[in-house]
Amino acid sequence: MVNLIRERALVADDPWLHIADEDPVPADGDITVSWQRWQEEKDQLGTRNGRLGVRLDGDFPVEELDTLLELPLIVVHFPAFKDGRCYSHARLLRARHDYDGEIRATGDVLRDQVAYMERCGINAFEIREDRAAEDALRAFDEFSVDYQGRSNRAFPLQARRA
Amino acid sequence: MYQYDQYDQQLVDERVAQYRDQTKRYLAGELSEDEFRPLRLQNGLYIQRHAPMLRVSIPYGLLASAQLRTLAHIARTYDKGYGHFSTRQNIQYNWPPLESVPDILADLAKVEMHAIQTSGNCIRNVTSDQFAGVAEDEVEDPRPYCEMIRQWATLHPEFAYLPRKFKIAVTGSERDRAATQVHDIGLQLQRNAAGELGFRVLVGGGLGRTPIIGEVIREFLPEKDILTYLDAILRVYNLRGRRDNMYKARIKILVKAMGPEAFADAVEKEWQHTRSDPALQLEDADIARFRNQFPLPAYRTGIDASAVDGLLSDNASFKRWYTRNTVGHRQPGYRSVVVSLKSSAQAPGDATDTQMEAVADLAERYSFGEARVTHQQNLVLADVALDELEALWRALDAEDLATPNVGTLSDMICCPGLDFCSLANAGSIDVASDINQRFDDLDYLYDLGELRVNLSGCMNGCGHHTVGHIGILGVDKKGEEFYQITLGGSSANDASLGDRLGPAVSKDKVADTMEAIIHTYTELREGEESFLDTYRRVGMKPFKERAYG
Repeated sequence: MVNLIRERALVADDPWLHIADEDPVPADGDITVSWQRWQEEKDQLGTRNGRLGVRLDGDFPVEELDTLLELPLIVVHFPAFKDGRCYSHARLLRARHDYDGEIRATGDVLRDQVAYMERCGINAFEIREDRAAEDALRAFDEFSVDYQGRSNRAFPLQARRA
Repeated sequence: MYQYDQYDQQLVDERVAQYRDQTKRYLAGELSEDEFRPLRLQNGLYIQRHAPMLRVSIPYGLLASAQLRTLAHIARTYDKGYGHFSTRQNIQYNWPPLESVPDILADLAKVEMHAIQTSGNCIRNVTSDQFAGVAEDEVEDPRPYCEMIRQWATLHPEFAYLPRKFKIAVTGSERDRAATQVHDIGLQLQRNAAGELGFRVLVGGGLGRTPIIGEVIREFLPEKDILTYLDAILRVYNLRGRRDNMYKARIKILVKAMGPEAFADAVEKEWQHTRSDPALQLEDADIARFRNQFPLPAYRTGIDASAVDGLLSDNASFKRWYTRNTVGHRQPGYRSVVVSLKSSAQAPGDATDTQMEAVADLAERYSFGEARVTHQQNLVLADVALDELEALWRALDAEDLATPNVGTLSDMICCPGLDFCSLANAGSIDVASDINQRFDDLDYLYDLGELRVNLSGCMNGCGHHTVGHIGILGVDKKGEEFYQITLGGSSANDASLGDRLGPAVSKDKVADTMEAIIHTYTELREGEESFLDTYRRVGMKPFKERAYG
């Protein structure tokens, strides 16, 4: 079951299928594969029918982020919500590389972290299965102000506050 | 001091509402312990030995009288009538019910205070020099930069789940009173040859179980680049810091593993991207706006510089207090007063609700309505006119806040220890009390001069034992409390880590051992030589022989 939020709305019909490394790649449909698999099987993966997204986690070297910019979907995986590395990946993708595709959080994705994730540029969230995505939607409106700005907006220091 | 605008207030109010909802969901069973833990920690709430402990942020140690009154109100209403000021310029309450914390945070928000990021693996309260803005040796006031950093760090979305906690200290004086060399990042404000303002940047210092002195990774960082550079350091740490072992997760371990040069290179490389980020690059107007938030108080002129001369020659008690508890001020006719929280009647750093209210009143009457918290767990009234010193002294004395012991052996830094803290292996408050009783002769304490004794109840080192001239560390030996003693530490400009005296001693032997150390010092010192200088000259041997002889 996918418990998906995209752009602050629940999504019932998500076309994307996450393919595990040991599973065969279907000939059709939109899929994601791990970055490792993408590197090894780039040629075969490019010839199938359907869109391709890539999954990465906190170990992903940020120097390689610019190789991902043509992809329509980048999945950032949080094995535990306390592992905050992919907040940096998301922020760099948006702010430094102007990536405008979907960045989707998977793994230990919970209501009390999604607002921080969104402010770093993550715009889709697969909420952990045992939690209701409807509840998580409420987290986005908890703050109407912040000091850092959202990905491309200026740091609102005193002098620049309207 | 800094006053919230609508924006700051809204953020803090919304934070209270958010935490109220999180607490409600936790109590309803919708959030697990593990899920709730980082949320409560990032709002200052620990679960402790007897009850929760709430740590409230006092950004860079600055308190208005109204804020101090609210802290007193919280102590009285939700706690047992006292609070504990910590070495990082926070205040801790030891008994607040978990259910009441949202109400406490709401009370705090009314006076522009919060407990945001006082715990958890995030950027903690920014600390600074308690004499900022008034110190005679100050290059530039660090407070505007502290406030800028506070705002930048507050609810930072990228750096809320770091590998481990992260502490920043800023100083603007020649003398380092903010222990910048033992912080994750230490910033030393200075002017370069061209007269421009900037920071010397240190990283990777810290205490705890792996004490390390920070390394300079940049000699001069222009002031306008401070946020872009911090952003670069934090990103390198967030991405590369270890997450597999919490004891190896602090930035000091990363800096050590990479080597300071390689770490500095990684930061510089990242900074080449961030330094031109318009969102973080400061303009003159930004810096000016923050500076204008810290105007000089309306000092009186023409104060009689000899106002206390008569009293100094006639009244030995006043003279003691003046000598130990007041310091020189940049403004003619003024002194800064340290309010000692180290009376023998209370645990080091503790203040009762009545004492807090008294200091709030006295601050209003004598020091422009402002008090400060020091790294050594005392309070400061920074701007007191000489002709009002006597009245202030008498008023403080009436509240047991004028113990003339600042900087002496009995002005100990001390953690809450086994009595309160769930991490501690041994008591600290009772040991401090034993030492106090042993050295209760004030004249003797003065004769010993500047002596920093730091006491921690476990190796996490909240009492900064590793950088005490004399450090005392509580350890557990088969269920009994023992104390490891170190000599020669310092967190000042000449920062160093203490050396072990020898095997740990039992609790009833700590005061005896202290006495042996002090006797050795008084026998060996040359002239006015301080304890630290004597130790550095003669080494450990004579102390060890006397202590275990």
